[in-house]
Amino acid sequence: MTELGILHFLIVSAALFTIGVVGIFVNRKNVIVILMALELILLSVNINLVAFSVFTGTIQGQIFAMLVLTVAAAEAAVGLAILVVYFRNRRDISVENVDLMKG
Amino acid sequence: MALIAFGLIAAVVILSALFVIAARNPVHSVLWLILAFFSSAGLMVLIGAEFLAMLLIVVYVGAVAVLFLFVVMMLDVDFVELKQGSLGYWPFALLIGVILVAELALVWSASGSLNFDAFDPSPGAETNTEAIGAVMYTQYLLLFQLAGMILLVAMIGAIVLTLRHRPNVKRQNVSAQTGRRRADATELKDPAPGQGI
Repeated sequence: MTELGILHFLIVSAALFTIGVVGIFVNRKNVIVILMALELILLSVNINLVAFSVFTGTIQGQIFAMLVLTVAAAEAAVGLAILVVYFRNRRDISVENVDLMKG
Repeated sequence: MALIAFGLIAAVVILSALFVIAARNPVHSVLWLILAFFSSAGLMVLIGAEFLAMLLIVVYVGAVAVLFLFVVMMLDVDFVELKQGSLGYWPFALLIGVILVAELALVWSASGSLNFDAFDPSPGAETNTEAIGAVMYTQYLLLFQLAGMILLVAMIGAIVLTLRHRPNVKRQNVSAQTGRRRADATELKDPAPGQGI
Protein backbone atom coordinates (compact mmCIF):
# COMPACT_ATOMS: atom_id res chain seq x y z
CA MET A 1 0.00 0.00 0.00
CA THR A 2 3.01 2.29 -0.13
CA GLU A 3 2.78 2.75 -3.84
CA LEU A 4 -0.15 3.83 -5.96
CA GLY A 5 -1.82 0.59 -7.00
CA ILE A 6 -5.05 -0.60 -8.51
CA LEU A 7 -6.46 -1.32 -5.07
CA HIS A 8 -6.63 2.40 -4.25
CA PHE A 9 -8.74 3.04 -7.31
CA LEU A 10 -10.96 0.07 -6.59
CA ILE A 11 -11.59 1.37 -3.08
CA VAL A 12 -12.53 4.84 -4.32
CA SER A 13 -14.72 3.29 -6.98
CA ALA A 14 -16.47 1.03 -4.49
CA ALA A 15 -17.07 3.97 -2.14
CA LEU A 16 -18.49 6.03 -4.99
CA PHE A 17 -20.75 3.17 -6.05
CA THR A 18 -22.06 2.72 -2.52
CA ILE A 19 -22.69 6.44 -2.15
CA GLY A 20 -24.64 6.37 -5.40
CA VAL A 21 -26.81 3.45 -4.30
CA VAL A 22 -27.44 5.03 -0.89
CA GLY A 23 -28.31 8.28 -2.68
CA ILE A 24 -31.04 6.55 -4.66
CA PHE A 25 -32.64 5.32 -1.44
CA VAL A 26 -32.21 8.57 0.48
CA ASN A 27 -33.70 10.84 -2.15
CA ARG A 28 -36.60 8.58 -2.89
CA LYS A 29 -38.88 11.50 -3.71
CA ASN A 30 -36.60 13.65 -5.80
CA VAL A 31 -36.08 12.23 -9.28
CA ILE A 32 -33.40 14.77 -10.20
CA VAL A 33 -31.13 13.65 -7.37
CA ILE A 34 -31.86 10.01 -8.23
CA LEU A 35 -30.57 10.70 -11.75
CA MET A 36 -27.50 12.38 -10.27
CA ALA A 37 -26.89 9.33 -8.06
CA LEU A 38 -27.10 7.19 -11.20
CA GLU A 39 -24.44 9.38 -12.77
CA LEU A 40 -22.25 8.81 -9.70
CA ILE A 41 -22.66 5.04 -10.10
CA LEU A 42 -21.69 5.22 -13.77
CA LEU A 43 -18.71 7.38 -12.82
CA SER A 44 -17.52 4.72 -10.40
CA VAL A 45 -17.85 2.12 -13.14
CA ASN A 46 -15.74 4.32 -15.39
CA ILE A 47 -13.04 4.73 -12.75
CA ASN A 48 -12.96 0.97 -12.35
CA LEU A 49 -12.66 0.36 -16.09
CA VAL A 50 -9.91 2.94 -16.54
CA ALA A 51 -7.96 1.67 -13.53
CA PHE A 52 -8.05 -1.93 -14.75
CA SER A 53 -7.19 -0.77 -18.27
CA VAL A 54 -4.12 1.16 -17.14
CA PHE A 55 -2.82 -1.27 -14.55
CA THR A 56 -3.09 -4.27 -16.84
CA GLY A 57 -1.56 -2.43 -19.78
CA THR A 58 -4.50 -2.93 -22.14
CA ILE A 59 -6.39 -0.19 -23.94
CA GLN A 60 -9.77 -1.92 -24.25
CA GLY A 61 -10.98 -0.75 -20.84
CA GLN A 62 -10.64 2.87 -21.86
CA ILE A 63 -12.58 2.27 -25.07
CA PHE A 64 -15.29 0.65 -23.01
CA ALA A 65 -15.26 3.55 -20.54
CA MET A 66 -15.88 5.88 -23.46
CA LEU A 67 -18.92 3.84 -24.48
CA VAL A 68 -20.20 3.91 -20.91
CA LEU A 69 -19.79 7.69 -21.01
CA THR A 70 -21.88 7.82 -24.20
CA VAL A 71 -24.66 5.75 -22.70
CA ALA A 72 -24.59 7.87 -19.53
CA ALA A 73 -25.00 11.04 -21.55
CA ALA A 74 -27.87 9.54 -23.57
CA GLU A 75 -29.55 8.28 -20.42
CA ALA A 76 -29.28 11.68 -18.76
CA ALA A 77 -30.80 13.40 -21.78
CA VAL A 78 -33.77 11.02 -22.11
CA GLY A 79 -34.29 10.82 -18.33
CA LEU A 80 -34.42 14.57 -17.96
CA ALA A 81 -36.76 14.84 -20.95
CA ILE A 82 -39.12 12.34 -19.33
CA LEU A 83 -38.84 14.33 -16.11
CA VAL A 84 -39.77 17.56 -17.87
CA VAL A 85 -42.83 15.93 -19.47
CA TYR A 86 -43.84 14.41 -16.14
CA PHE A 87 -43.52 17.75 -14.40
CA ARG A 88 -45.60 19.39 -17.13
CA ASN A 89 -48.41 16.91 -16.52
CA ARG A 90 -48.38 16.87 -12.73
CA ARG A 91 -46.65 20.09 -11.61
CA ASP A 92 -44.65 17.89 -9.22
CA ILE A 93 -41.72 15.48 -9.47
CA SER A 94 -42.39 13.21 -6.53
CA VAL A 95 -41.67 9.58 -7.43
CA GLU A 96 -44.27 8.29 -5.01
CA ASN A 97 -47.15 9.08 -7.35
CA VAL A 98 -45.62 7.99 -10.63
CA ASP A 99 -47.92 4.97 -10.79
CA LEU A 100 -50.90 7.30 -11.08
CA MET A 101 -49.96 7.72 -14.74
CA LYS A 102 -50.49 4.12 -15.69
CA GLY A 103 -53.30 3.12 -17.98
CA MET B 1 4.15 11.80 -3.95
CA ALA B 2 1.59 10.30 -6.28
CA LEU B 3 0.00 8.64 -3.27
CA ILE B 4 -0.46 11.98 -1.51
CA ALA B 5 -2.04 13.51 -4.61
CA PHE B 6 -4.24 10.46 -4.95
CA GLY B 7 -5.36 10.72 -1.32
CA LEU B 8 -6.25 14.39 -1.67
CA ILE B 9 -8.16 13.95 -4.93
CA ALA B 10 -9.92 10.80 -3.75
CA ALA B 11 -11.02 12.58 -0.58
CA VAL B 12 -12.49 15.39 -2.70
CA VAL B 13 -14.27 12.84 -4.93
CA ILE B 14 -15.87 11.01 -2.02
CA LEU B 15 -16.80 14.12 -0.05
CA SER B 16 -18.38 15.81 -3.04
CA ALA B 17 -20.26 12.61 -3.88
CA LEU B 18 -21.60 12.56 -0.33
CA PHE B 19 -22.72 16.18 -0.65
CA VAL B 20 -24.44 15.35 -3.96
CA ILE B 21 -26.84 13.02 -2.21
CA ALA B 22 -27.09 14.99 1.03
CA ALA B 23 -27.45 18.59 -0.17
CA ARG B 24 -30.77 20.27 0.55
CA ASN B 25 -30.82 22.31 -2.61
CA PRO B 26 -30.64 20.37 -5.93
CA VAL B 27 -28.66 23.22 -7.51
CA HIS B 28 -25.98 22.62 -4.89
CA SER B 29 -26.21 18.91 -5.69
CA VAL B 30 -25.43 19.62 -9.33
CA LEU B 31 -22.47 21.81 -8.39
CA TRP B 32 -21.09 19.10 -6.11
CA LEU B 33 -21.59 16.63 -8.95
CA ILE B 34 -19.48 18.85 -11.19
CA LEU B 35 -16.74 18.88 -8.53
CA ALA B 36 -16.92 15.09 -8.28
CA PHE B 37 -16.48 14.75 -12.04
CA PHE B 38 -13.60 17.22 -12.08
CA SER B 39 -11.72 15.43 -9.36
CA SER B 40 -12.39 12.03 -10.95
CA ALA B 41 -10.80 13.43 -14.08
CA GLY B 42 -7.86 14.30 -11.82
CA LEU B 43 -7.70 10.68 -10.66
CA MET B 44 -7.54 9.53 -14.27
CA VAL B 45 -4.81 12.04 -15.13
CA LEU B 46 -2.83 10.65 -12.19
CA ILE B 47 -2.49 7.26 -13.87
CA GLY B 48 -1.99 8.68 -17.33
CA ALA B 49 -5.44 8.17 -18.85
CA GLU B 50 -5.55 11.74 -20.10
CA PHE B 51 -7.98 11.25 -22.96
CA LEU B 52 -10.69 9.80 -20.76
CA ALA B 53 -10.09 12.56 -18.22
CA MET B 54 -10.62 15.28 -20.81
CA LEU B 55 -13.63 13.43 -22.18
CA LEU B 56 -15.08 13.31 -18.69
CA ILE B 57 -14.73 17.07 -18.35
CA VAL B 58 -16.10 17.82 -21.81
CA VAL B 59 -19.03 15.40 -21.70
CA TYR B 60 -20.00 15.52 -18.05
CA VAL B 61 -19.12 19.02 -16.92
CA GLY B 62 -19.75 20.59 -20.29
CA ALA B 63 -22.95 18.81 -21.27
CA VAL B 64 -24.58 16.58 -18.70
CA ALA B 65 -24.09 18.79 -15.65
CA VAL B 66 -25.26 21.86 -17.52
CA LEU B 67 -28.31 19.89 -18.68
CA PHE B 68 -29.07 19.00 -15.07
CA LEU B 69 -28.63 22.62 -14.05
CA PHE B 70 -31.04 23.76 -16.76
CA VAL B 71 -33.68 21.25 -15.74
CA VAL B 72 -33.34 22.00 -12.02
CA MET B 73 -33.79 25.69 -12.70
CA MET B 74 -36.54 25.21 -15.27
CA LEU B 75 -38.78 23.06 -13.10
CA ASP B 76 -40.53 25.18 -10.56
CA VAL B 77 -40.52 22.57 -7.82
CA ASP B 78 -41.06 23.19 -4.14
CA PHE B 79 -37.92 21.45 -2.96
CA VAL B 80 -38.59 22.15 0.70
CA GLU B 81 -41.77 20.13 0.50
CA LEU B 82 -39.97 17.45 -1.48
CA LYS B 83 -37.38 17.13 1.27
CA GLN B 84 -40.03 16.54 3.94
CA GLY B 85 -39.71 13.19 5.66
CA SER B 86 -36.58 12.21 3.72
CA LEU B 87 -34.75 11.90 7.04
CA GLY B 88 -36.74 8.75 7.69
CA TYR B 89 -35.12 7.10 4.66
CA TRP B 90 -31.59 7.35 6.05
CA PRO B 91 -31.56 4.22 8.29
CA PHE B 92 -32.77 1.95 5.51
CA ALA B 93 -30.41 3.54 2.99
CA LEU B 94 -27.45 3.17 5.35
CA LEU B 95 -28.39 -0.48 5.90
CA ILE B 96 -28.35 -1.02 2.15
CA GLY B 97 -24.99 0.77 1.94
CA VAL B 98 -23.44 -1.35 4.69
CA ILE B 99 -24.67 -4.52 3.02
CA LEU B 100 -23.23 -3.37 -0.30
CA VAL B 101 -19.85 -2.53 1.24
CA ALA B 102 -19.80 -5.92 2.95
CA GLU B 103 -20.52 -7.63 -0.35
CA LEU B 104 -17.77 -5.69 -2.13
CA ALA B 105 -15.31 -6.53 0.66
CA LEU B 106 -16.33 -10.17 0.37
CA VAL B 107 -15.64 -10.13 -3.36
CA TRP B 108 -12.29 -8.50 -2.71
CA SER B 109 -11.25 -11.00 -0.09
CA ALA B 110 -12.35 -13.89 -2.28
CA SER B 111 -10.44 -12.62 -5.30
CA GLY B 112 -6.79 -13.46 -5.64
CA SER B 113 -3.83 -11.13 -5.84
CA LEU B 114 -4.55 -7.75 -7.39
CA ASN B 115 -0.94 -6.87 -8.07
CA PHE B 116 -0.94 -6.00 -11.74
CA ASP B 117 2.51 -4.74 -12.61
CA ALA B 118 1.96 -4.00 -16.29
CA PHE B 119 1.29 -0.32 -15.63
CA ASP B 120 0.91 1.30 -19.06
CA PRO B 121 -1.73 3.91 -19.90
CA SER B 122 -0.78 3.92 -23.60
CA PRO B 123 0.18 0.43 -24.75
CA GLY B 124 1.89 0.35 -28.11
CA ALA B 125 1.88 4.10 -28.65
CA GLU B 126 3.57 7.32 -27.57
CA THR B 127 0.59 8.96 -25.94
CA ASN B 128 -2.67 7.85 -24.41
CA THR B 129 -4.79 9.56 -27.06
CA GLU B 130 -2.75 7.95 -29.81
CA ALA B 131 -3.19 4.50 -28.27
CA ILE B 132 -6.96 4.97 -28.08
CA GLY B 133 -7.21 6.41 -31.57
CA ALA B 134 -5.22 3.52 -33.04
CA VAL B 135 -7.88 0.97 -32.09
CA MET B 136 -10.98 3.17 -31.86
CA TYR B 137 -11.35 3.71 -35.61
CA THR B 138 -10.13 0.30 -36.70
CA GLN B 139 -10.81 -2.54 -34.31
CA TYR B 140 -13.75 -0.90 -32.56
CA LEU B 141 -15.22 1.01 -35.50
CA LEU B 142 -18.57 -0.73 -35.19
CA LEU B 143 -18.85 0.09 -31.49
CA PHE B 144 -17.92 3.68 -32.22
CA GLN B 145 -20.64 3.98 -34.84
CA LEU B 146 -23.16 2.32 -32.55
CA ALA B 147 -22.31 4.84 -29.84
CA GLY B 148 -23.07 7.60 -32.32
CA MET B 149 -26.36 5.85 -33.12
CA ILE B 150 -27.26 5.74 -29.42
CA LEU B 151 -26.62 9.46 -29.13
CA LEU B 152 -28.76 10.15 -32.20
CA VAL B 153 -31.63 8.07 -30.83
CA ALA B 154 -31.34 9.79 -27.44
CA MET B 155 -31.37 13.20 -29.08
CA ILE B 156 -34.43 12.43 -31.20
CA GLY B 157 -36.13 10.84 -28.20
CA ALA B 158 -35.55 13.86 -25.99
CA ILE B 159 -36.86 16.18 -28.69
CA VAL B 160 -39.95 14.06 -29.36
CA LEU B 161 -40.70 13.79 -25.65
CA THR B 162 -40.51 17.48 -24.88
CA LEU B 163 -41.99 18.82 -28.11
CA ARG B 164 -45.49 20.14 -27.74
CA HIS B 165 -47.82 21.90 -30.12
CA ARG B 166 -49.87 24.50 -28.34
CA PRO B 167 -53.26 25.19 -29.91
CA ASN B 168 -54.07 28.70 -31.14
CA VAL B 169 -50.49 29.51 -32.02
CA LYS B 170 -50.07 31.01 -35.49
CA ARG B 171 -47.24 29.47 -37.44
CA GLN B 172 -45.65 30.29 -40.73
CA ASN B 173 -46.57 27.81 -43.45
CA VAL B 174 -43.83 28.19 -45.99
CA SER B 175 -45.24 25.89 -48.65
CA ALA B 176 -48.58 27.70 -48.52
CA GLN B 177 -46.76 30.99 -48.86
CA THR B 178 -44.64 29.99 -51.80
CA GLY B 179 -47.51 28.06 -53.41
CA ARG B 180 -49.61 31.19 -53.77
CA ARG B 181 -50.34 32.23 -57.34
CA ARG B 182 -51.69 35.47 -58.60
CA ALA B 183 -54.96 33.81 -59.59
CA ASP B 184 -55.64 32.68 -55.98
CA ALA B 185 -54.98 36.05 -54.43
CA THR B 186 -56.43 38.60 -56.85
CA GLU B 187 -59.69 38.94 -58.65
CA LEU B 188 -60.44 41.13 -61.62
CA LYS B 189 -63.59 43.19 -61.33
CA ASP B 190 -65.07 45.35 -64.01
CA PRO B 191 -67.37 47.84 -62.32
CA ALA B 192 -69.75 49.79 -64.47
CA PRO B 193 -69.14 53.60 -64.42
CA GLY B 194 -71.00 55.44 -61.67
CA GLN B 195 -72.29 52.30 -59.91
CA GLY B 196 -69.50 50.84 -57.81
CA ILE B 197 -69.26 47.15 -57.06
